[in-house]
Amino acid sequence: MAEAILMISLSPTMEKGTIAGWQKAVGDSITTGDLICEVETDKATMDYESTQEGTLLSILVDQGGSAKVGDPIAIVGKEGEDIAELEAKLKKQLASSEGDEKATTPKETSSPAQEKAKQASAAASPPAHRESHAGPAGSDDGRLKASPLARRLAQEAGIRLDALTGSGPGGRIVKKDIETAKTAGAYAPSPVQSRVPGRMQDRVEPVSGKRAIIAKRLSESMRQAPHFYLDIDVEASRLARLRDSLNRPRQKRGEEKLSFNAFLIKLVAEAITRNQNINASWEGDSIRYYGSVDIGLAVAQKEGLITPVVRNCEAKGIAAIDEELKELIPRAQAGRLTPEEYEGASFSITNLGSWGISRFTAVINPPASAILAVGALRQVPVPDEELGFRFVDTMTLTLGCDHRVIDGAVGAAFMADLKSMMEEPGMVLL
Amino acid sequence: MAKIAFREAIRQAIEEEMRRDDSVLLMGEEVAQYNGAYKVTQGLLETFGSKRVIDTPITEEGFTGMGIGAAMAGLRPIVEWMTFNFSLMAIDQVISNAAKTRYMSGGQFKIPMVIRGPNGPAEFLASQHSQALQSFYAHIPGLKVVAPSTPYDAKGLLKSAIRDDNPVIFLEAELMYSWEGEVPAEEYLIDLDKADVKRAGKDVTLIAHSKPVRMMLQAAEKLAEEGIEAEVIDLRSLRPIDTETIYKSVRKTNRCVVVDEAWPVASVGSHIGFLVGRDCFDYLDAPVQLVSGEDVPMPYNHRLELAAQPSVEKVVRAAKSVLYVD
Repeated sequence: MAEAILMISLSPTMEKGTIAGWQKAVGDSITTGDLICEVETDKATMDYESTQEGTLLSILVDQGGSAKVGDPIAIVGKEGEDIAELEAKLKKQLASSEGDEKATTPKETSSPAQEKAKQASAAASPPAHRESHAGPAGSDDGRLKASPLARRLAQEAGIRLDALTGSGPGGRIVKKDIETAKTAGAYAPSPVQSRVPGRMQDRVEPVSGKRAIIAKRLSESMRQAPHFYLDIDVEASRLARLRDSLNRPRQKRGEEKLSFNAFLIKLVAEAITRNQNINASWEGDSIRYYGSVDIGLAVAQKEGLITPVVRNCEAKGIAAIDEELKELIPRAQAGRLTPEEYEGASFSITNLGSWGISRFTAVINPPASAILAVGALRQVPVPDEELGFRFVDTMTLTLGCDHRVIDGAVGAAFMADLKSMMEEPGMVLL
Repeated sequence: MAKIAFREAIRQAIEEEMRRDDSVLLMGEEVAQYNGAYKVTQGLLETFGSKRVIDTPITEEGFTGMGIGAAMAGLRPIVEWMTFNFSLMAIDQVISNAAKTRYMSGGQFKIPMVIRGPNGPAEFLASQHSQALQSFYAHIPGLKVVAPSTPYDAKGLLKSAIRDDNPVIFLEAELMYSWEGEVPAEEYLIDLDKADVKRAGKDVTLIAHSKPVRMMLQAAEKLAEEGIEAEVIDLRSLRPIDTETIYKSVRKTNRCVVVDEAWPVASVGSHIGFLVGRDCFDYLDAPVQLVSGEDVPMPYNHRLELAAQPSVEKVVRAAKSVLYVD
C-alpha cells in the first residue's frame, strides 16, 4: 500500500528542511538505504537515505521547497498503484502545515492568504463526531495536542511530538502518527553503542526550582538586555595597604578582619554616587533611577547562585557593610535568605578572584543594569624609571552594562572613577 | 446443549437452589398462584408449597423488610420485585437495613438474600415504569449487584447469588425474558465478581452489562464489516467491578466505549469511564466515550422512547469516534 515519505530530523535542532535536490525521479524504484534526496538543514546539507522500499510514485515537495520535520515530501508504493486519494490528503496536510506557520507569524490583520491557509487547515482536520468533541478541542491556543498513549509511545521511541502532524480531531497526535513516524525514521538517533563503563557515567537529574528560576532569569536578561562590557586594570597595592592598616588594630582587639569585598562594595557605592545613571533599571517606556545603592554580591551555593543585597551602601561605612556581609553570606550559602534579602539589587558584584580567574564577563542580574566582574589579584610588571620595571598588584575589573540604560561613555566614566578610588582610596574623602 | 429462555434459566436456578437447600424461599407479588408476572416462577408453588413460595400484598417496603428479617433469622429468601421501578418504595429497607446490618452488627447477622426483578427500559411504559436504576444500588456498600446478559450467565450467577451470605441485587430486564440461549444440563456456578469477554477484538473495547450487551455484539458485527475488531466486555457484576478484565482489554485496544442504558450522570457507566481514565491513562489514544440513555425522563412516544435509549447505531458511531474514523 502506498505511504508517505516524511521529512526526517537530520540534526538535533532541525525543525524544517529544504530539498536541495532529488536523487530519485518518479517511477524509480527505491530500496532501503538508497539516497533519495539531499536536504539542507539549519546547519548543513545532508543525505536522506530511505528506510522505505517500493516505487517513487509522487514528489510532493520539489527541489527548493521546504517541509517541516514530520511533513510528507513524497509517496512510495507499488508501481501503477492508485494514489490520487492519498496524494490529495497529503497535499492538504502540507498546505495546512504551511498555513499553521503563516498563522503564527505576528500580523495585526489576517491577509487573504492567511484566511486561505486557515480554511485549508480546517479542511485538513477530519470532521469529528459530537462525542469526540467532549474533550478540549482545537489547537488554536498553540498547545500541543496528543493522546496520553501517543505521548508515552513517543517518549519511548525518542520521537519529538512537536515534529509531528496529528491526524486526530483538532490535530491531536495519536498512536497511528507515532507509528508512521517510526517507520519513516523521524526519530532521534539510536542510543550510543559500545559505551565502556568508566569513572564517569551519564546522569540525568531533574532541575530544581531554584535552578529553573536562575536559568529563566539569566536567559531573559541575556536575551532582553543588550550587554556590552568594559575592562579596566586597577592597581590595588594602596587599597591592600589600607586594608592591612585598618585590620591590624582590629586583630589586636581580637576582632575579625574586614573583608576585601566590603572595601570593594564601599568604593563601588562611592563611584555610583558620582555616576548615578549606572544605578538604574529599564522599565520599557521609562528608566527608573534608584535613590539608594543596593549592591548584590553573588555567592555560590550548592544549587546555584544567590545575591544577598546590602542596602543603602552609599550611606554606610566599610565596617557596617562588612558586618552585614558576615551575617548574610553564611546564610546565603546555607540557602536561608528570605526573598527580600536577595531580590532587587540596583547593582551587582561577582568575584571569581579566589579561583585565579583573571578576567571574566557576567550576565546582568535584573532589575540592575550593570554588573561588575572582579578578577584575581596578580603581579604585573610595569615600567619604572629607576629600576627599569617593578611588579604591581593588579586586578582586572569588567563592567557588564545594559545598553538600553547605560551608554559606553557613562559606563567608562564610572569605571575611571572606580579605578581612581581603588588606586587612591583617600579620594573617597574628597 | 439445550436452548432455553432467560426466564426459564432463572426459574431453573431458583428451583435447583430450593431443592438443594430447605432454607431458600421465594416471595413477592404474584410469584405463587399467578406463576409470576413474567412467568418466571411458573410451577414453583406446586413443587414447593405455599410456605416456601409466598404471595405478598402490594407492599414493597413491607415484604422487602420481611425478607431482610427472614435472612437475619437464618433463611435464604429470594424477594421478587415486579419491577425495579417499584423498588423505590423499598429503598430505605435496602439501603438502611439490607446493606448495613452485617456491618453494623459486627458480623453477628448475615443477610443471605437475593432481590431480583426486571430493571431498565422496556416498551410503551412511560417514564415512571421504564427506568434503569442500577446506579442506585451499585452506589451502596454492603450490597452486591449483578446484571446478567444471557440465560447461561443468569442461571450461573443467580445460583451463586442465592448461596452468597450478602444481599445481592439481581437485575433482569423485561425484554430479555424471552431471549434464548444455551444452558447446560449439569450444575454450574459463575463467580459474582468476574466480567466476561463476550467477543475478542483488538481495536476498541466496548463495555456494557445486562440487556445492552446484545446490542454491543450487534454493533461489533457491524464494525467487523468495516474491518474494525471490537472487544465486547460484559461486566456481569456491577459491585464489585472486575477492573482487571476491563484494564487488560483497554490496555490492548487503547480505546474504550462504555454503554449503559441508565442516565449519564453519576451512573455505573460514568464510573467505569472514570476508572479507565484514571488507571489506563497512558494507554488511551482517545477520550473514553459513554453511550447512555438520554438525560430525560423516558418519553412515551415510541419513536422518542427508542431515540432516548442507546442503540446499535449510537454504539457504532461512538466506537468510530474513539478510533478517529469518519
